[in-house]
Amino acid sequence: MDLDFDVVDLDPVDHPEEGDTAQDFTRPLVNEEFWEDESLASLCADSDRVVLVFHAMDGAFPATYIWNEIRDRSWHERATVVGVSISTPYEHKQLLEEREIEGNYRLFSDPANGVAQQYSIDMNLDGMAGIEEPRPAVFVLDSDRTIEYAWVAEEWPDFPDYDDIEAQL
Amino acid sequence: MSEPDITLYRLQACPFCERVVRTLDAYDLDYQSRFVEPMHADRDVVKRLSGKRTVPAIVDENTGVTMSESANIVAYLERTYGEGEETAGGAA
Repeated sequence: MDLDFDVVDLDPVDHPEEGDTAQDFTRPLVNEEFWEDESLASLCADSDRVVLVFHAMDGAFPATYIWNEIRDRSWHERATVVGVSISTPYEHKQLLEEREIEGNYRLFSDPANGVAQQYSIDMNLDGMAGIEEPRPAVFVLDSDRTIEYAWVAEEWPDFPDYDDIEAQL
Repeated sequence: MSEPDITLYRLQACPFCERVVRTLDAYDLDYQSRFVEPMHADRDVVKRLSGKRTVPAIVDENTGVTMSESANIVAYLERTYGEGEETAGGAA
């Protein structure tokens, strides 16, 4: 973004890096018809490549922008692409429908932000007492959960380099 | 991690679904929960499986049975996994 003022810098964090094994977790994974507990490990085991996209809560404009972009780039044809946000499964169903990505993408629901905490990418939200969410981040994983590509936002808001990620797929 | 044989299609806070859960728990059966839409008209996944849009519905890979209606499901679970039927009144 080209703005004539400084955006919010986020403190450096010790997040998972390329070459690390992404920590496993289990959360409700929402598809167009239902949700059920699913582990990252089982997703990876079923796919050569998994793209894990941490994003702002459903309804916030960054969540909308990210999914519009991923949809328009048809990443689902090249990898298993899943989102993670603090939104509930009900909100995830609505996002899938509104972004018109039903059937191609699925979303993990993590209202307590525990996955972001596991990955050391949790952040508090100024002006929303008691609510935290992941900072924007994208991890590309192989079937063993080895991280092939990692990006974690250093400012807020921030968006991934879609071309960079696409080159990994 | 192996998938449980039994999949339970349920609606959050649905008492009929909880009734089935109690029975599954009573027989210590492993099951996977799939939560569906509150909107009846949107429950196509259940309709495809059981022919009806009602929940609870279960799919039991172990026996090949798919069924809905909580009373039917509870009776099925008792018949299939309950003590007493096969063991003829075996000790608790």
